[in-house]
Amino acid sequence: MIDIGYNATLVAIGAGLLGVAAGVIGAFLYFRKRSLMSDAISHATLPGVAIAFLVMVALGGEGRNLVGLLTGAALSSLAGLWLVHWINRNTRLGEDAAIGAILSVFFGFGIVLLTVIQTIGAGRQAGLESFLLGSTAGMLRADAYVIAVGGALALIACLILRRPMTLVSFDAEYAATQGLRPGRVDMAMMTLALAVTVIGLKVVGLILIVALLILPAVAARFWSDRSEVVALLAGVIGGVSGAVGAVISSLAPGLPTGPIIVLVAAALFTVSLILAPTRGVLAGVIAQLRFRHRVHMRQGLLALAHGHRVHEGYTLRLLRRAGLIRADGVATSEGQREAALAAQDERRWTVLRGRPEAATLAAHYDGLTPIDTVLTSDQLTELDRLMKQGSDHGHATIRRAERGRSDG
Amino acid sequence: MNDLSQTAPLKVRGLTVSYGATPAVFSADITVQPGAMTAIIGPNGAGKSTLLKAVLGIIPRLSGQVEVYGESFDSQRARVAYVPQRASVDWDFPTRVIDVVQMGLYRQLGLLGRVRGQHRALAQECLSRVGMSDFAARQIGQLSGGQQQRVFLARALAQGADLYLLDEPFAGVDAATEKAIIEVLKSLKAEGKTILAVHHDLSTVPDYFDHVFIINKTPVAEGTVQEAFTQDALQRAYGGRLASGLLDQLFPVANPAPPASFGAGPA
Repeated sequence: MIDIGYNATLVAIGAGLLGVAAGVIGAFLYFRKRSLMSDAISHATLPGVAIAFLVMVALGGEGRNLVGLLTGAALSSLAGLWLVHWINRNTRLGEDAAIGAILSVFFGFGIVLLTVIQTIGAGRQAGLESFLLGSTAGMLRADAYVIAVGGALALIACLILRRPMTLVSFDAEYAATQGLRPGRVDMAMMTLALAVTVIGLKVVGLILIVALLILPAVAARFWSDRSEVVALLAGVIGGVSGAVGAVISSLAPGLPTGPIIVLVAAALFTVSLILAPTRGVLAGVIAQLRFRHRVHMRQGLLALAHGHRVHEGYTLRLLRRAGLIRADGVATSEGQREAALAAQDERRWTVLRGRPEAATLAAHYDGLTPIDTVLTSDQLTELDRLMKQGSDHGHATIRRAERGRSDG
Repeated sequence: MNDLSQTAPLKVRGLTVSYGATPAVFSADITVQPGAMTAIIGPNGAGKSTLLKAVLGIIPRLSGQVEVYGESFDSQRARVAYVPQRASVDWDFPTRVIDVVQMGLYRQLGLLGRVRGQHRALAQECLSRVGMSDFAARQIGQLSGGQQQRVFLARALAQGADLYLLDEPFAGVDAATEKAIIEVLKSLKAEGKTILAVHHDLSTVPDYFDHVFIINKTPVAEGTVQEAFTQDALQRAYGGRLASGLLDQLFPVANPAPPASFGAGPA
């Protein structure tokens, strides 16, 4: 075990908890296609932080009280959220435009206020900039408690609301018929995102918190087709990113915690993108290559069965490597046997597809699936009997169909 | 007891819905008969789907009362199932076919109730009723349009409702699906359930339904297929938009072939 010291352990635990909460809630935002909303929420916190500082100083108190600053952040973020909602509802602007406008205006206003604070109360403002990119250097036990309790409450709310949120995200109209109010469920979801953003301000900062809400969710999506599993996995990925990122940043002086956490999350996302089974990039490439292999093999065999010449280089290589043709392109005895089987399969399919009562079975036809994987042996016997019966009558059509397919 | 079974499953009075300042549905009255299969028909943009959505509270209504089994819709929600038009859904959503069917049970399960074996069995049974049990573990977007429609019907079945509202259940589906859906609807009717469906294919109305509600912004006709599904009512609802060939096919006796001197023109 690496000994990283008391403060670093505290930060790692806090960041891990924050990551879990952000991952799970971010997953629901992603389901609802509202991930970017979190960007507006987080940027809209800045004026609140500055105003809360000014108010607390004006009242003669300590300007850097964390709870006070976070309350200010939550209030101004709520105002931003409400404005986005209002613009989207009452003007012709879409949500994306509203998010862009609110995000930049609030952030700009917040920066102006920070500058003002810097000039009037020089010296005392120290620390407010840390809300931009997060700062864990002076993290106290109390701060860790704030994160732990806030994160746990947000997770419990998420657990209670998981069905309404899932239903509204998948099919809002149906959700309405089930007695849910999609508008209210959305509001609850946004409030949860806001809560996570506010408690995450101290650790990752308002510019990067959006990454912790989005990256775990999209990474988790690669691994599962079930919403509950995706949400859980997003929590795990977020938690690991937070904890590991915090530990890494504590290993060397001067490594910023927030950005490192985001980079760890991005690394997990990249791994998921490439390596995930079925949805990952690598799996896609392999599946494509396999498919190409099957298509060329099948077409090659059918061409052999009908005595056509194979021209395509890739097909020739495949057949030669499998020992089905000789170097001069003539079929080996094994090749002849395989080709005959393929041709028989194709003939059986043609008969099956011509029979209306077998429409559901015939729908499995894709030119590659062997028919005996679709039919039972009884059905196969029946099919062969039909083929023998109709061979005089149907022969010409079958041959024509085969010829059409094997060219290409 | 006898009185209860006579209560109209759905009664709408003076329903008006508007998008902006143009009413999409104006002052519609509709009374759905218990145990009947009723088709809502009318031309494009006549407010058929809007009517259904306003009844269900998906879109707000400007005026009008809705009664479900003689009481407010809110108190009778559990008895009403809805099958939406397929277009309203995010198909890349991480959910499997069986999960979608289980969504029909969410209301009954509440916020925290666990999905137990009996719920899974029920969902599986609903899937097999629509002929989709082999697809339970597929992601919903991997199905064909007709298969997706059947899954939505299974989700409605899982609710165990008494009144089924369907929005264009046969739009863009293959023949096999159309047949499967109509079989299920007929079996529901045999169980005494009530069905109200927006329908666009006039030629199948007499085969599939026993009641019709014809609308073009305002109600045009309502009643059994024999009473209300008349050439006159269709002409009033659709104006000149109906192909005459379709009318000949639907009303062969009422509309005898015109004399040769008129029939000689281009078809």
